[in-house]
Amino acid sequence: MTEIEAKRSQIVISGVGGQGVLFVTRILAEAAIRHRRPALTSETHGMAQRGGTVISHLKVGDFASPLIRPGAADGMLVLKEENIAAHQGFLRPGGWMVVNAIEAADAPGVACGQIDADDIARQIGQPKAANVILLGFALAWLDGSNVGLWCSRRDIEDIVASGGDGKRSEDLAAAIDAGYAQGMKS
Amino acid sequence: MLGNEAIAAGLVENGCAMATSYPGTPASEILAGIARLKIDTGRPRHVQWAVNEKVAFEIAYAGCMSGLRTAVSMKQVGLNVASDPLMSAAYMGVRGGFVVISADDPGPHSSQTEQDSRLMAMLAKIPVLDPDSPAQARQMAKLSYEISEAYEIPVMLRPTTRVCHARQDLPPAGVPGEEATVGFKKDPSRWAATPKFRLQLHRALEEKLDALSADPRTAPRLLNPDAAGLRAVAASGVAAAHAREIIQDLGLWETLPFYQVLQPFPLHRSFIDEILGKYSEVLVIEETTGVIEMQIADRRRVRGKQDGRVPSVGELHPETVESVIRAFAGLPGYAAQMPTVPGRRPTLCAGCPHRASFYAVKKAAPRGIYTSDIGCYTLGLNLGAVDTVLCMGAAISQAAGFYHAHRHLTTRPDIVATIGDSTFFHAGVPALIDAVAQQVRFVLVILDNRTTAMTGNQPTPATGVGACDEPLSAVDIEGLVAGCGVKFCRTADPYELEPFIALLKEAVSFSREQGPAVVIARHPCLLDRRRVPSDRKPVQVVVTDDCDGCGYCLKHFECPALVQVKGEERVRIDPGICSGCGVCLSICRNHAIVAVDPGN
Ligand code: SF4
Ligand code: SF4
Repeated sequence: MTEIEAKRSQIVISGVGGQGVLFVTRILAEAAIRHRRPALTSETHGMAQRGGTVISHLKVGDFASPLIRPGAADGMLVLKEENIAAHQGFLRPGGWMVVNAIEAADAPGVACGQIDADDIARQIGQPKAANVILLGFALAWLDGSNVGLWCSRRDIEDIVASGGDGKRSEDLAAAIDAGYAQGMKS
Repeated sequence: MLGNEAIAAGLVENGCAMATSYPGTPASEILAGIARLKIDTGRPRHVQWAVNEKVAFEIAYAGCMSGLRTAVSMKQVGLNVASDPLMSAAYMGVRGGFVVISADDPGPHSSQTEQDSRLMAMLAKIPVLDPDSPAQARQMAKLSYEISEAYEIPVMLRPTTRVCHARQDLPPAGVPGEEATVGFKKDPSRWAATPKFRLQLHRALEEKLDALSADPRTAPRLLNPDAAGLRAVAASGVAAAHAREIIQDLGLWETLPFYQVLQPFPLHRSFIDEILGKYSEVLVIEETTGVIEMQIADRRRVRGKQDGRVPSVGELHPETVESVIRAFAGLPGYAAQMPTVPGRRPTLCAGCPHRASFYAVKKAAPRGIYTSDIGCYTLGLNLGAVDTVLCMGAAISQAAGFYHAHRHLTTRPDIVATIGDSTFFHAGVPALIDAVAQQVRFVLVILDNRTTAMTGNQPTPATGVGACDEPLSAVDIEGLVAGCGVKFCRTADPYELEPFIALLKEAVSFSREQGPAVVIARHPCLLDRRRVPSDRKPVQVVVTDDCDGCGYCLKHFECPALVQVKGEERVRIDPGICSGCGVCLSICRNHAIVAVDPGN
């Protein structure tokens, strides 16, 4: 087992109902499974999905509990900036955070990437694609850092391509690319 | 695989032949998962959404009386509705295996209560299994069938939200298990037992429980048999998953014996003897009530909810479990805690037809009492158009109660009840019959969006399709309302806001003089994939300079697509969210929200 395979990773994905938090969670979990690593997630269903605060916990590696403890997450994907106050407590010291926001977030002690995914979503004519744009951005932004995700852009694109009808996968791939390109620049 | 899908797989792999349910978070995806397997493999032979949990239970129960393996799934408050047949089925027992899945919601995340279904199992005197993960829930589906048939007893499987909505890498569902041959064998002394026979059945039930509390298949497991120590931890359900990970992370795996209880009731007698004999102290961690704890009669060595070490209210988050274990093991320090920051409150979708209905209710009966019910439309709270939410169907009976309580007053308040179509079928109909007979003067607005929206758009009896999208008969709501004896029943689309308000006003004046009036507000839920595409074109709306920033539309209409950006006076439309319903055109008092002609 290589070092990366043995490593445990814990990631929080935070947003509000309707933004597609579950979709991103599922893609990332699927990517872990394709690398033969155990994945355990906890999702928000029910009333909060109607525009309320939604959070997914994603744990990759040998875990028993589906929930991440405060101060234990390696990273956090934030689709709604206002959630930072509520969810930043999950991050461990030295963790990272990638945020969908108009301006860079003020988060001392945290490596923080920022992208206006909503704006890019509008530009590419897919107003609901901020979730995968943020994911694409995170893949580029984290690439090469020692806290990288367990998967590459290729993995994600393969999953999206195998996931359904042509038009939708193409749109998703374009949105991921748009985010990725932005991530390479920053 | 989602926990609920794992349960579905476990049932079908083990020969489940009939599965029924009424949707409710966190249980809804169980039947949906079974339906998907049926679409792929043709099995189980019968999969259905029932009108309510009691009906679902009775249908599945008759299946197991006929020798088949069957299952019924619901959320914990649904089990309240099905408690009547549950109590009796425990006495009469089963022939084919019968699993009652009642999904609890500690937190609560999406429920009226945090009640612990394991107490219902105790009350009914049936065994209950408490899975810690999707994988274990799937195994327990198999185990449930085995013990159900071995003891001829219904078995409860009690997952919680964190199991139902956990996702874990698991092998896909295998080939559906062989279904048993069906054949109901008459035995009236059992299946229609009179009170005299019931006494015998009760005695037999106690004997079954006695044997179950010694069955090795469901006995608690010591997960770290090499651990040496005088204190031990016992846990069940997802709390056991948290505890296992935490005991390992804290480096206590070699020193703190850890038991996982699979069957919280009836608790194994030998386990009670073992823990009381071997350890000076045993910490019990479970959700939500101390069910394991209360079966350990000798309290001197037990630590848990009763002595306040483990919280009795709310979900046991892993950080809570860590704090409890640290304190018990004498470790210094506390687990990091999350700050309590209020999250964003949920709201009806942009373009949700209920928003228009609620706005109209407030216009037609501005000082009314607004009773409401369980569903997306509970969110009418945000609009000030929902005063009460009790339980399924209560909008109508509470409206009746408010009427009887206030009717001697010279100026009675108008009473408007709102209820969804699915909830109306579920438990509203008997209450409406009662209201007609009692001449209750109120308006009932049936929010008919043609689906059970909150839980993921399951069909209702009016949809005319089944769980696997097969065509079924559609029940006509107007006919049903008329059949209940209501004299005023009219249907309209709340998107046509002005005429809809006028209709509601008419209904309110009818109700003041003559008795119940029903308005069926019919417009499909925007998220329903079965929705018949309408010929109505989306309206492109903009806010003009006439907007003075009064905020009326934000406060009284609260469409999430209407936003006010900090530092800007004028309200904006968020085109990413706006559905183009055009209802807000009639809301603004300054006529500042206007439609743009797509031509220019
Ligand atoms: S759109 Fe109309 S109601 Fe809303 S703030 Fe502007 S003027 Fe007021
Ligand atoms: S048209 Fe108006 S009410 Fe309808 S979704 Fe758009 S902003 Fe909301």
